[in-house]
Amino acid sequence: MTVTAIGAAVRRKEDHRFITGKGQYTDDINRPGQTHAYFLRSPHAHANLKKIDLSKAKHMPGVVAIYTGDDVAADKIGGLICGWMIHSKDGTPMRAGPHPILAQGKVRYVGDHVAVVIAETLSQAKDAAEAIVVDYEVLPAVVEAGKAQAKGAPQVHTEAPANTVYDWHIGDKAATEAAFKAAKHVTKLDIVNNRLVPNAMEPRAAIGEYDAGNDALTLYTTSQNPHVARLVLSAFIGIAPEHKLRVIAPDVGGGFGSKIFIYAEETVCVWAARKCGRPVKWTADRTEEFLCVAHGRDHVTRAELAIDADGKITGLRAKTIANMGAYLSTFASSVPTYLYATLLSGQYAIPNIYAEVDAVYTNTAPVDAYRGAGRPEATFVVERLVEAAAREIGMDPAAFRRRNFITKFPHQTPVIMTYDCGDYKASLAKAMEMADVKGFGKRRREAARRGKLRGLGYSTYIEACGIAPSQAVGSLGAGVGLWESAEVRVNPVGTVEILTGSHSHGQGHETTFAQLVSSRLGISIDNVSIVHGDTDKVQFGMGTYGSRSGAVGMSAISKALDKIEAKAKKVAAHVLEAAEADIDFKDGKFTVKGTDKSVDFGTVALNAYIAHKFNPQELEPGLKEGSFYDPTNFTFPAGCHICEIEVDQETGVARIVKWTAVDDFGNVINPMIVEGQVHGGIAQGVGQALLEGTVYTADGQLVTASYMDYAMPRAHDLPSFEVGMTVTPCPSNPLGIKGCGEAGAIAAPAAVINALTDALGTEDVPMPATPQALWSVIAKQSKAAIAAE
Amino acid sequence: MPTVTLTVNGRSVTADVDSRTLLVQMLRETLHLTGTHVGCDTSQCGACVVHVDGKAVKSCTTLAVQCEGATVVTIEGLAQDGKLHPMQEAFREHHGLQCGFCTPGMIMSAVDIVNRKGIVDEATIREELEGNICRCTGYHNIVRAVEAGAKAMVSGTPVRQAAE
Ligand code: FES
Ligand code: FES
Repeated sequence: MTVTAIGAAVRRKEDHRFITGKGQYTDDINRPGQTHAYFLRSPHAHANLKKIDLSKAKHMPGVVAIYTGDDVAADKIGGLICGWMIHSKDGTPMRAGPHPILAQGKVRYVGDHVAVVIAETLSQAKDAAEAIVVDYEVLPAVVEAGKAQAKGAPQVHTEAPANTVYDWHIGDKAATEAAFKAAKHVTKLDIVNNRLVPNAMEPRAAIGEYDAGNDALTLYTTSQNPHVARLVLSAFIGIAPEHKLRVIAPDVGGGFGSKIFIYAEETVCVWAARKCGRPVKWTADRTEEFLCVAHGRDHVTRAELAIDADGKITGLRAKTIANMGAYLSTFASSVPTYLYATLLSGQYAIPNIYAEVDAVYTNTAPVDAYRGAGRPEATFVVERLVEAAAREIGMDPAAFRRRNFITKFPHQTPVIMTYDCGDYKASLAKAMEMADVKGFGKRRREAARRGKLRGLGYSTYIEACGIAPSQAVGSLGAGVGLWESAEVRVNPVGTVEILTGSHSHGQGHETTFAQLVSSRLGISIDNVSIVHGDTDKVQFGMGTYGSRSGAVGMSAISKALDKIEAKAKKVAAHVLEAAEADIDFKDGKFTVKGTDKSVDFGTVALNAYIAHKFNPQELEPGLKEGSFYDPTNFTFPAGCHICEIEVDQETGVARIVKWTAVDDFGNVINPMIVEGQVHGGIAQGVGQALLEGTVYTADGQLVTASYMDYAMPRAHDLPSFEVGMTVTPCPSNPLGIKGCGEAGAIAAPAAVINALTDALGTEDVPMPATPQALWSVIAKQSKAAIAAE
Repeated sequence: MPTVTLTVNGRSVTADVDSRTLLVQMLRETLHLTGTHVGCDTSQCGACVVHVDGKAVKSCTTLAVQCEGATVVTIEGLAQDGKLHPMQEAFREHHGLQCGFCTPGMIMSAVDIVNRKGIVDEATIREELEGNICRCTGYHNIVRAVEAGAKAMVSGTPVRQAAE
């Protein structure tokens, strides 16, 4: 038997089923008697629903039922909610319009849910949907965040005048203004953070099932947090009481935030299953995903940095307009506020910060958290500003960063966060070394000889993750507490089942969590199984997003293991006929101090269940413990990514020639898995920087609604990555873990654009920097150069 | 309804299908071989790649009736006699997967690349994986996996041994 140490790059336990095609994703599940749902979606971005004529469709072959918003209203099923309350500057609560699961009276974006057809087969459901006649009164639409508040702009919700959900602010306005007045130099940038579609490879899917005998419902769904889904479906939407609703999230094929939220489709499936008395299955096709999954980012920002004569940053201010889309999705309101503006200090000691955020409705798909959620937007603003400022004042960007880094911890920023630990100089130095920054000048000259423009860009990013503690998120407006639960069930044979409220959708929990248990209990990793994603098995959990599984989820397991160890010691004392205080536990063995008497973990487990050796009045039989763990702070992973890029002047094509990432994630359980997370994050960040852009026409048609039109990063778009680490253990949780899931996506966009602005010699590079966009920049420059001659 | 007869993973199967039925639908819905996934509706992502008569095809754009008489191998048929295919081993060994959703299509494409080209270098692998999207891994480890899988397929040395 081998014990797997923390820090070992063990191969993943879950992989066997995935590489043999035996994974079980929601669409792989079929229930007896199942029907298929197909949603009729609005072809218009904004329209009144005057009449929906079902008369022909109802009688089409195979049709079981067709439901519209009227049926939802008649059943008193509530709308989807946004669970994070944000107040405007003047204290008014955010103005959230209703979000019915099937449209009532009005549709607000292309793809909005008009009706659902339930039929024996999917083809029959689609055929019947074709036969539904809808009389739309088309209204003018508003699409761009920057135009939503304009006088006379179409109104998305009457509840939100000027389409403004809230106008929020943070920081000290007067002090920041004073800092800007006194500044030696001010750097200003207009920044657009492009809208993205998360594009988990598994499209969302759901199956609703009704058990008439127990009046109970089951929902299989592609969710990152099944318990929260159940809570919302129960308490707010009114589908069924919690104890009568089971939510199962089986294998989930990627989420990146997009599967945190409660969606109309899954709600409809579980509601309709009771209504029509048959299981109802729905699987999105890719175009439906493009239209209706929650999108990410979409900020328009004016940002400024104030610098004194010594090259010290004295102030930062930002005004951001955040596009929320047509409805407020589950977490939407927190993304451009507490997840964004609270990180505008970056890795820098900035004495004065002031940010204003207006959240606006538009006739587009709802926008919510996507890998990083607010943190990538903040890092992009800060790192673009810092790079531009350094160039403007004629300082080396790395030296400028070093001069302004926070070096003492804990550090209180002017925007709420207290950074607990970090060593920003160390990660920058290591990254510069690995990237051979010294040799860059030579490489640039060599590239120039080949007619290529070569640039180097830094991103010294920070993120706040391990999202929790409850008190903190509560004070910031969250509707739930953010802790995590774990239960450790030791079986009589000494094997262990871990029930966790975290949810794995690619992060490898089955391995890392087992690794923790293996190293703590001294048992083989193969004797540990991880149970997650089922509300009937796990009592409660808050799910996986914001890198909370390690820092919060595993800490809960660790706390429960403390209790297991304590109780097992009591049992061992009886088995070994010694005093409890004399029992030591190490490497899976209980020993009596100063003797050679010992017993292994499995025997103690067995004795805990046999219970012959102790008085059950004094010690309960069994070996099972749980924990609800709430940490003391967020965690603050940080690091430095360096991108070296080459632009072809003739075509505008940019090719990343070298990528260096040095991250500080605190303690690392499985470096192989952590590196994999970094790789994936970088790919998504590079995607945002160079390729991915969500394009709506002015009247709200989504132009990029397939992989033919939305450029996903493919293997040849990316280089191999050089990944290194530095470690400052996190003091806010027992394992010293910070989290790694978002790092790449947060760091990458600024690193790429900073490299491009370096290569092209202008700060005016848009994102995504597609070949066409870059070619236009180059063409503009050469025109200007010719005119100047 | 037309009848289609295929050999799938070594087994002869006959089914009545709608003429519009796609090969992937027949595999997943009629034969319950759910290892082959559907990730898109424009033949762009490669989650659905299987081998038809020894060549990689996207089963989401192939009609079942087009495959009459063909020999189909899916991810479920890759391991032989309880032994993983070297490419499967390589993906596990090199952490070439995270959520696992793109993985069956990736592995089927990777095997096809090696069948056609033998041992391949990084640039060729990246070029050849053009038709497969992975959102999780950033491809870095997929490339390593295909390199190792190719060597193991060609040399017959198991991946694990070669890695050690
Ligand atoms: S599902 Fe076949 S290529 Fe995407
Ligand atoms: S492993 Fe998730 S899409 Fe490739």
